Amino acid sequence: MAMLHTVNKSPFEINSLERCLQMAKSGSSVLLIEDGVYGALDGTVFSAKVKAADGLTTYVLGPDLKTRGLDPAKLIEGIEIIDYDGFVQLVADHDRIQTWL
Amino acid sequence: MKFSIQVNEGPYTHQASDTAYNFTRAALEGGHEIYRVFFYHDGVNNGTRMTTPPQDDRNIVNRWSELSKEYDLDLVLCVAAAQRRGIVDEDEAKRHGKSGDNVAEGFRISGLGQLIDAGINSDRLISFGD
Repeated sequence: MAMLHTVNKSPFEINSLERCLQMAKSGSSVLLIEDGVYGALDGTVFSAKVKAADGLTTYVLGPDLKTRGLDPAKLIEGIEIIDYDGFVQLVADHDRIQTWL
Repeated sequence: MKFSIQVNEGPYTHQASDTAYNFTRAALEGGHEIYRVFFYHDGVNNGTRMTTPPQDDRNIVNRWSELSKEYDLDLVLCVAAAQRRGIVDEDEAKRHGKSGDNVAEGFRISGLGQLIDAGINSDRLISFGD
């Protein structure tokens, strides 16, 4: 089974999402939470790197998008919005969780 | 499924202790078991009952205590991290000659072995922090 990577900081603040995308193996999943949700936005200087990450499935935590007033329509295409129940399900569906701090 | 949670960040810092709480609650409500919540580094600040936020703000410490009561959760504060930050239970206060203790209801102080044990005995270990 694949690994779930969680990233909780904005890519404009720290390079944890960038490192995650470099290290994550194809078939893994990436979940953006807290300030990490800024990495899900399209049209930023960082979005090309997220789009270029081949073989990764990217999710974003909906409540954290909402808290920040971010419009779901402005996300990179293909990124799936999940809630906390979905977060729990993702953790159950992956056999290892890597938290990028 | 059996989950354990590691919390490395204090309350009211960024968002990690809120995320950890929301995740733990969602897992419990989804029928999963929480084997242990281990508070490490600044995370131990989640377990002092002296915390007194303004009335219109969430009380992160009480929230953990109430969840623990509701689901019989094992909330463990790392002893070395707690001592450094002035968080003691009755025994530790006595041992170090402190005038009072401040561990919140539902929390207990123990060693790092409890984190290793949680990693071994849970299906998943997920950490939250900075």
